[in-house]
Amino acid sequence: MTTTAAPTTGERTARKNHPGAAPRKRRSGRLRRIGLPYLLLFPAILLELLVHLVPMVIGIVVSFKELTQFYIRDWGTAPWAGFDNYALSVDFDAPVGEALLRSFLTTCLFTVLSVGLCWMLGVAAAIFMQESFRGRGFLRTIFLVPYALPVYAAVITWSFMFQRDNGLVNHVLHDQLGLTGSPPFWLIGDNSFVALLVVSVWKGWPFAFLIIMAGLQNIPKDVYEAAALDGAGIWQQVRRITLPALRPVNQVLVLVLFLWTFNDFNTPFVLFGKAAPEAADLISIHIYQSSFQTWNFGTGSAMSVLLLLFLLVVTGAYLWFTSRGRKATDA
Amino acid sequence: MAAPRSFLWSRRVFLTLLTTFVLLPVYVMISSSLKPLEDVSGQFEWIPSGLTVRPYFDIWETVPLADYFMNSLIVAGAATVCSVTIAVFAAYAVSRYSFRGKRVFTVTVLSTQMFPGILFLLPLFLIYVNIGNATGIALFGSRGGLILTYLTFSLPFSIWMLIGYFDSVPRDLDEAAKVDGCGPLGALFRVIVPAAIPGIVAVAVYAFMTAWGEVLFASVMTNETTRTLAVGLQGYSTQNDVYWNQVMAASLVVSLPVVAGFLLLQRYLVTGLTAGAVK
Repeated sequence: MTTTAAPTTGERTARKNHPGAAPRKRRSGRLRRIGLPYLLLFPAILLELLVHLVPMVIGIVVSFKELTQFYIRDWGTAPWAGFDNYALSVDFDAPVGEALLRSFLTTCLFTVLSVGLCWMLGVAAAIFMQESFRGRGFLRTIFLVPYALPVYAAVITWSFMFQRDNGLVNHVLHDQLGLTGSPPFWLIGDNSFVALLVVSVWKGWPFAFLIIMAGLQNIPKDVYEAAALDGAGIWQQVRRITLPALRPVNQVLVLVLFLWTFNDFNTPFVLFGKAAPEAADLISIHIYQSSFQTWNFGTGSAMSVLLLLFLLVVTGAYLWFTSRGRKATDA
Repeated sequence: MAAPRSFLWSRRVFLTLLTTFVLLPVYVMISSSLKPLEDVSGQFEWIPSGLTVRPYFDIWETVPLADYFMNSLIVAGAATVCSVTIAVFAAYAVSRYSFRGKRVFTVTVLSTQMFPGILFLLPLFLIYVNIGNATGIALFGSRGGLILTYLTFSLPFSIWMLIGYFDSVPRDLDEAAKVDGCGPLGALFRVIVPAAIPGIVAVAVYAFMTAWGEVLFASVMTNETTRTLAVGLQGYSTQNDVYWNQVMAASLVVSLPVVAGFLLLQRYLVTGLTAGAVK
């Protein structure tokens, strides 16, 4: 999902009421005209209901139930649990709540680092490649490869590179450079956080690059020419023209990257398998484990609802602040 | 405009490092897929000492890769076709008509994008099981269930992109077509869709890639016969050994169709994004 803050519905053209034209259509025609948009939207609405909205409601209902594998065939009959699942999830002194809180904080740190690095690489690459030079088109194609590769193929390759005994990473660090005393483990223990971050940035930055490049094309050339006439050097132009002009694009980009990274399941799942090490236990994996590995669906759903609330609040606050900022700069 | 040397040097260094970082896994994938098993099990070698193409023949034997390939193609292809068609209709309605509930529709559709897939996994599982019990239509474990899920996943982004794209097609064009006697659908297919081809291609590529690379739902919602590549690729490891050369060969083979398609259509993708997304 990409794009700028709000979908502009375009300039609303005034309804064309052909003045003076005789009403050549009968009633059914007018009905058809009014009903047409809904007819066009019907399949989309139906699918959204079936796959997104109804499941969300069911998820909220299930979070108040004591749903274990015995009730899965007929989940409506599972006993009500009130707020027990929530109490369990946020009791940070008990094992379940403590693990959830740790996973949440890990995810926050991971997301901030990953989004920051993706954005910086994307902006730097896009600015360096704004001016044409030999081989630019070729490089641009190369840079989109991580984005185009299927997640599992790319991540499984990284997991091979991070193998302790036969991986490239340890071969370089330990055998060739001699930086480590003994070859470290990358996919278990504390190093797994670093491994996950590297893979996530490798996978994510080309998207930032793509969007920022698209944004750069909208900056008129003559602004730069005028600045150059006034004696602004290239670094100054980047700081004074390019970065401010990119602000609206950046605001949306950062939000999208944040949501993607925070909710990422595929990367840790392929990298670590069904049980991620504690240092890289992202929230999606954690909830999956709590639901599908321990058959405790009620608690898993409660955690999902809490995550949903968190994302809603953060996104809402973010949009509110950025739109206020935008109004202030527009004024 | 002559760039100063500091800029040129920074550019050279930065882009060289970045290219290395990007291509490293690609190099590992290609070189390791051409090594015999004992070489990928021992210390990593930059330059393969023994070259072999055996892994490319073995991958089809170790796991039923061809079946997985077929499943992935069917699921991703069907999801893409359905998703793009539905998105075209929906975006046309939002772009060209005003109706009650328009804003609610767009906001709701978009907001579903921000939630993690894990949120929908269990409820969808329950719904599909229930529908199966009630009607006998097996959604769970079938390709149909996966297609339905995937096409809805790419729908919000596709609709949003296409709204932006259709808005950039001048209204006079479809108004003129209507004056010439086209119905609303005629105007859509004869005027708007041809004008918005780059956007539609971009959306189709996105939908296909989403379905082709999805792991979570594929691993819960498929069985032996409907398994897709995303799950099937995990079959190259046994209790005591991982056939890394085969894993790399298989990764390369399953990546080729998507990467080739992506690189062929990337011009469309960039223009599609520029016009549709970044206004």
